[in-house]
Amino acid sequence: MKILVPVKRVVDYNVKVRVKADQTGVDLANVKMSLNPFCEIAVEEAVRLKEAGIATEVVVVSIGQSGAQEQLRTALALGADRAILIETELNLDSLQVAKLLAKVVGTEQPQLVIIGKQAIDSDNNQTGQMLAALTGMGQGTFASKVVVADGKVAVTREIDGGLQTVSLKLPAVVSTDLRLNEPRYASLPNIMKAKKKPLDIVTADSFGVVLQSQVKTLKVAAPAVRQAGVMVDSVDALVAKLKQEAKVI
Amino acid sequence: MAILIIAEHNQQALKADTAKTVAAATKIGGDIHLLVAGFQCGAAAAEAATLAGVTKVLVADAACYQHQLAENVAALVVELGRDYSHILAAATTHGKNCLPRVAALLDVAQISDVIAVESADTFVRPIYAGNAIATVQSSDAIKVLTVRSSAFDAVANGNAAPIEAVAQATDAGLSVFVSEELTKSERPELTAAKIIISGGRGMQNGDNFKLLEGIADKLNAAIGASRAAVDAGFVPNDMQVGQTGKIVAPDLYIAVGISGAIQHLAGMKDSKVIVAINKDAEAPIFQVADYGLVADLFVALPELEAKL
Repeated sequence: MKILVPVKRVVDYNVKVRVKADQTGVDLANVKMSLNPFCEIAVEEAVRLKEAGIATEVVVVSIGQSGAQEQLRTALALGADRAILIETELNLDSLQVAKLLAKVVGTEQPQLVIIGKQAIDSDNNQTGQMLAALTGMGQGTFASKVVVADGKVAVTREIDGGLQTVSLKLPAVVSTDLRLNEPRYASLPNIMKAKKKPLDIVTADSFGVVLQSQVKTLKVAAPAVRQAGVMVDSVDALVAKLKQEAKVI
Repeated sequence: MAILIIAEHNQQALKADTAKTVAAATKIGGDIHLLVAGFQCGAAAAEAATLAGVTKVLVADAACYQHQLAENVAALVVELGRDYSHILAAATTHGKNCLPRVAALLDVAQISDVIAVESADTFVRPIYAGNAIATVQSSDAIKVLTVRSSAFDAVANGNAAPIEAVAQATDAGLSVFVSEELTKSERPELTAAKIIISGGRGMQNGDNFKLLEGIADKLNAAIGASRAAVDAGFVPNDMQVGQTGKIVAPDLYIAVGISGAIQHLAGMKDSKVIVAINKDAEAPIFQVADYGLVADLFVALPELEAKL
């Protein structure tokens, strides 16, 4: 069984981003970039399925600028076998990304796609569901447990009230939630080995997908800042403030 | 111009998020149709008809919609939705699961987590865990939006919109419901509570969350948790407040033993009043708190419970 894992290069989760003064976006100059945390969990899950003898090959794919090669090498060091970079300078919407990924699914024919539920830059939470729709596959989103058996995948999903388990026919798309697994650290020998693993680069234009988005960003502003509050020195003072000043209890 | 909203319900009753999504639709303007897809969901449909601003309730009552699986619901919405100008759902796990599938099948973009409506085609949404706020304009023929319910006030009840059955009932055959484990609680739901008290890593273990329960009972509050507390296994994941958990904006949010990581703040910083109780005076949570108390929570919580 082949598993395809789409991954994204994003601002590291520890970085507090700043909005540019001209409100055209956030300032990404000299900011640390990393593999999106949910994508890391997706790579880990695919590698574990390979180690368990269920998967035979793990292919990672990223769409973006040439810098994303760095994150693909990280995924290879974590245990993926092969990488594809679909290179573009454009800032694509989830729909365009899903359309490009659908083309990759067409050529690679994976039995399972494991994808992060959300990129922590755009916070869209769309690509996996859109890819499932475009390829006619079932979807197991926000997975906290994945069991592959008998041509099916059982996915335990984190939903608002608790957990839900669905069974999907393969091929299917699974999107990862935080508690699916704890990704490993890449060892130095594996980082060295990853440098020799195949990484193909193709241009996004070569797929015949319209890459123009219908959504235009008019401005990006900083959020309203909360006014600094006051420190109280006792529980009594706190209760008094909440009753008399804030009037919330 | 008409707006289709996917209602969220458990067959008997609507989730509070739906009335808030209707509020967002009211700001866009036009007829508002509410789709209730479920099985033996007449009670939820009847409740949907009472929401102010709703002009029609569509009910798809069939066994294939019982568990509201994304594959089946999306196919239904796509079939019904082509003549609408907007399709909305709450940005809950259900809305987030279904709506991107709808958007892709309609070949349009989705705008996630809308927190304000500027006009019929321009919307405001947070990005980067709420550290930036984007205003976006869509030129798609059908605008597909998920709505962050904490940013809108629920519409009133008292309406009596007509209810119309739709005949569609197609099982896509891609997915099968296996089981569900829902957390049972007598307390209000996190996303609907007026007061929330949350515990973090400082609670040290799951048993200590009992210290929050007495206070929650006195205030009729919901109990939440930070990602650190959930990851440490103190409490189940559906209690998580944050960028990737629940986004809440209650009248009062009490953060106990929570340091205030970016991803937690993203889930609660729009609360009206924030109280932080933490023994570390340098904890970032104090920067967003209206009232801060530097104290050992194991001393402060029993005292707080006694004094409420």
